[in-house]
Amino acid sequence: MSAVATTVKPEGVAERVPGLWKTPSVLGVFTVLVALLVLISPRSGDSTFRWSRQGDWFSIPDVSLPANAVVWAAVLVCLLCTAYAAWNAYAGRKSPLLLVAVFAVVAVAGFLAWAVAGKTLPVVGLLAGSLALAVPLVFGALGGVLGERAGVVNIAIDGQLLFGAFGAAIAASLTGSPWAGLVAAMVAGMLVALLLGLFAITYWVEQVIVGVVLNVLVIGFTSFMFSQVLSENAAALNNPPHFPRWEIPLLSGIPVVGPIFFRQTVLVYLMYVAVFLIAWALYRSKWGLRVRAVGEHPKAADTVGINVIATRYRTVLLAGAIAGIGGATYTLVSVPSFGREMTGGAGYIALAAVIFGKWDPIKATLAALLFGFASNVESVLSVIGSPVPSQFMLMLPYVVTIFAVAGLVGHSRAPAADGKPYRKS
Amino acid sequence: MRLALRDITKRFGSLVANDHISLTVEPGEIHCLLGENGAGKSTLMNVLYGLYQADEGEILIDDEPQRFKGPGDAMAAGIGMVHQHFMLIPVFTVAENVMLGHEATGFAGKLDLDAARKQVREISERFGFHVDPDALVEDLPVGVQQRVEIIKALSRDAEVLVFDEPTAVLTPQETDELMAIMRQLKESGTGIVFITHKLREVREVADRITVIRRGTVVGEASPEASNAELAALMVGRPVELKVQKSPAEPGERALVVSDLTVADEDGQVHVDDISFHIDAGEILAVAGVQGNGQTELTEAMVGLAPHVEGSIKLDGREIVGRSVRKALEAGIGFIPEDRQIEGLVGNFTIAENLMLNRSYDKPFVTGGSLNLKKLDTFAKEKLAEYDVRAPGVSTLAGQLSGGNQQKVVVARELSRDLRLLVASQPTRGVDVGSIEFIHKQIVAARDAGVPVLVVSSELDEISALADRIMVLYRGRVVGIVPADTSRDTLGLMMAGETPEGSQA
Repeated sequence: MSAVATTVKPEGVAERVPGLWKTPSVLGVFTVLVALLVLISPRSGDSTFRWSRQGDWFSIPDVSLPANAVVWAAVLVCLLCTAYAAWNAYAGRKSPLLLVAVFAVVAVAGFLAWAVAGKTLPVVGLLAGSLALAVPLVFGALGGVLGERAGVVNIAIDGQLLFGAFGAAIAASLTGSPWAGLVAAMVAGMLVALLLGLFAITYWVEQVIVGVVLNVLVIGFTSFMFSQVLSENAAALNNPPHFPRWEIPLLSGIPVVGPIFFRQTVLVYLMYVAVFLIAWALYRSKWGLRVRAVGEHPKAADTVGINVIATRYRTVLLAGAIAGIGGATYTLVSVPSFGREMTGGAGYIALAAVIFGKWDPIKATLAALLFGFASNVESVLSVIGSPVPSQFMLMLPYVVTIFAVAGLVGHSRAPAADGKPYRKS
Repeated sequence: MRLALRDITKRFGSLVANDHISLTVEPGEIHCLLGENGAGKSTLMNVLYGLYQADEGEILIDDEPQRFKGPGDAMAAGIGMVHQHFMLIPVFTVAENVMLGHEATGFAGKLDLDAARKQVREISERFGFHVDPDALVEDLPVGVQQRVEIIKALSRDAEVLVFDEPTAVLTPQETDELMAIMRQLKESGTGIVFITHKLREVREVADRITVIRRGTVVGEASPEASNAELAALMVGRPVELKVQKSPAEPGERALVVSDLTVADEDGQVHVDDISFHIDAGEILAVAGVQGNGQTELTEAMVGLAPHVEGSIKLDGREIVGRSVRKALEAGIGFIPEDRQIEGLVGNFTIAENLMLNRSYDKPFVTGGSLNLKKLDTFAKEKLAEYDVRAPGVSTLAGQLSGGNQQKVVVARELSRDLRLLVASQPTRGVDVGSIEFIHKQIVAARDAGVPVLVVSSELDEISALADRIMVLYRGRVVGIVPADTSRDTLGLMMAGETPEGSQA
C-alpha cells in the first residue's frame, strides 16, 4: 500500500518511469516511414482533394497541391512533433494526446497526398465510407465495453457479429423485412451472450477461453449452415432485403458534414443513439452505477443488496444484443448476402477498440472509427489506383490496431473485477 | 430495535463454524463479540447479514422471526455492517458509494447525486466526520474510508451496526476516534455489535462481552474483567500476554543501515534517507501505521526492492545491490508480512514449504535431486518443535489455519544459522496462543545473539518484543526511542509528530 507514501521525486528518478519514451519512438518510426515513401518513390503531379458532393447547399472547391511538396511538408511537421515528444520525454513529462492527434492527421494527409498524386481523392466519400465500415466495430466495441464494465470479458464479440449477420440474413430473407432481420440479429447476439454468461458467470470458466471457443463454434456452425443449407436455397434464405439510405432533411445538405453523417442508413443513426445513450446511462443512471459496481467490486455490490449474478447476466445479454446489431450491418447494409466468415475478425478489432478506448463508450467509439478509417483508406485507394500493392493495404487496419494498442495506449485501468467470476465464499 | 440471535448453527461440510450461538443486542448497547481468528465470529455476522443462511436457529428483531435471503433483506430490517475489508468501490466517489443499492433517481433512472451528497453531508455533520461527498474513495485515508462505511450504513437507517474487526487497519489515534464514534452512536440509540480479538478495546467500550471459541459461546464476561481473564476465556487456557524476556545484552554492532532510500517502479519514494543500526542480540521494533515504508524497508533488507540507494551493511559486508540468494547466503532470515502471498506456496506440502529457502543445495538437494527422506525427517522434527497442528508433513500449507501457517514460516526461517532476522508483521491474523509461541521464538533468536528487526503495526506487539523502537512516518524515521516509551507518545509519533524528549 503506497497510499500515504511521499510523492516527492528525487533527482534522477524521472528516467526510471517506464513508457515515457514510447510515444516519441512510435512517432519517430512513422516519420521515417513517411519520409521513406517519398525518398524511395517520389511522385510527380498534383494531388487533388475533393470536398463536395451533389446535394450540398454550396460546394467547396477542390484543392490541388503538388504531391511531393505536401509530403515533405508533412514530414517536416511530423519531425517537429516527434522532437517535441522526445523533449517532453527527456524532461520526464508525458506528451499531450493532442500532439499525437495532430501528428496522426498530418502523417495520414502526407501519405494520402503521396498515394493519390496525379489523381483525385474524394475526401467526403472516404470519410463517409469510414463511418459506414466502422458501424459493426462500434456496436461490437459498445457490447465489449458493457460486458467488461460488468466484469465479464467478452472475447466472443466476433462470434456475436457473425451470428448476428447470419441471423439477420435468414430472418430478413424469410420475412422480406430488414427490420425482422435486425431483431433476429439482436436475438442471435444474445444467444451467443447467453452461452458466454452461462460458462463465465455460472460455471466460472476462464473467460478468454470461453470467448475464443464461442467464436470458433459460431464460425463452424455458420459455415456449415452456409454450405449445406443457405447455398442450396439462396433465393429463399440468403437474399435479404437491405436498409435504404435515409437522408435527414436539412442536415444532409451541410457540406462535408452532411454527406458523412446524415446520408446513411438507419443503423448508423441507431449507432449515434446507442453511443450517447450508453455513455450517459453508464455514468449517470442507477443502472450504470450498478453495472460498474458489479464490475469493480462485486462483493461490495452484493453487500448493499445488488444481485451480482443477475446484473451480470442482464448486462452481458444487452451487450450481446448490441453486438448483434453490428452483425446485422453486414447482411442488411454492406453486402448482398451472408458469406462464410464474413466478419473477417472485425470482432477482435472491436475488442482492441475497447482497450484502446479504455473501457469508455465514447473513446471506444472513436477508436472504432479510427479502425474503420484505416479499412476504408485501403478500399478507396485500391479503387482510384494507388502505387502500394493491395496486399499491403489490406494489412493497414491490423497494423493500425497493433500500433494503437501496443504503442499509444498509456497505462489504462480495466474494471477491477474484469474477467473474475463472482463466487460467494 | 432489539436484535436477538437464537441457537444459530452454521456448518460447512463437516466443520461446524457456529454451534447453537445465541446473542442479544439491546438498543443503545455495545455488545462485544470476542474470539480468536477462526472462532466463528465472521461466520456468525455473515449469517446475521444475510450473506450465509443458517442451518438452524433464527434471527429475531423485536421478537419477530426474520428470513434474510441476502444482505438487502438484512439492511431493510435495519442491520448495517462495517466490514473488516471495506465494501467500498475505490473508483467511485463517497456519494456514489453511499447511494449504491438504494439510489435516489430522477427521470429515466438518472442518478440524483445531489440528494446523495446532501445525505453524506448531513450524516457527517451529525457525527463530526468531515467527509467530502465528492472525493474518490481510493484517495481517502483508511480511517476516513471507514467513516464512509459508517455513513453508508446510517444512510439506510440502520438501528443495529455490526463492526467487524474495525481497528485492524487504524492508528491508535484513529482507534480512539472510532471508540468515541461508537459511544456517540450508542447514545443516539443505535445497538452495536463489536467483533474483535483485541482485549484492550473490548474493555474500553463494551457494555457486555460474549466470548466464543471454536464456534460455541464459552461465556459472558463483564467489561471489568482483566486482560488475562478475557484471554484465558478466549483461548481456553491461561495465556502469557507478555513474553517473559530478560533485558537485552547487545553484542557488537551487527547491522548498520545508512542513508537508505527505496523507491518503487513509478519513482515514488517509500523509504526516505533513513539510518539506524542493530546490535547482535538486540530487537529493534519498527512501529508505524501500515504503508509508511515498512514493507519497502524489509524488502530492501533481503534484496527484493528494485531501486535502493544508500547502504545496508551486515557484519561489515554490503547487502545493497546483491541478489536475494546472496542475502539468504549471508544469513538473513525473512518472515514476510503476508504469509499467503510471500511466505508460503499454498499448493505445496508443509515439507516442501519448509525447504523453500534451501531449494538449491544441501542438505535437501544433492546433485539436482531432492532428498525426500531427509526432508521428511526434518519436517517432522519441525512440526513437533514448532507445535504446528496438522495431520502430517504432506498436508498442503494452504489448508492450515493462519496461526499454523505462520508457524511453518517461522520454523523455516529460524531453522538456519542466522546472522539477521527480519520479521514483518510476524503475528498478523494469528491466534493469541500462537502469538505467544512465535514471540518466544523471536526472543529466543535474540538471546542466541541474532540481531532482529521486527516490523509491526500492533503497538502491543512492538512493546512486547522491542529492546528499542524506531517509528516510521512517510518513509522517514520520526525517532528511535526506548522500549518503555508510552503508548500515547508512540501514537503521536506514528502520526508524524515528534514529542519532547523522544529523540534518542
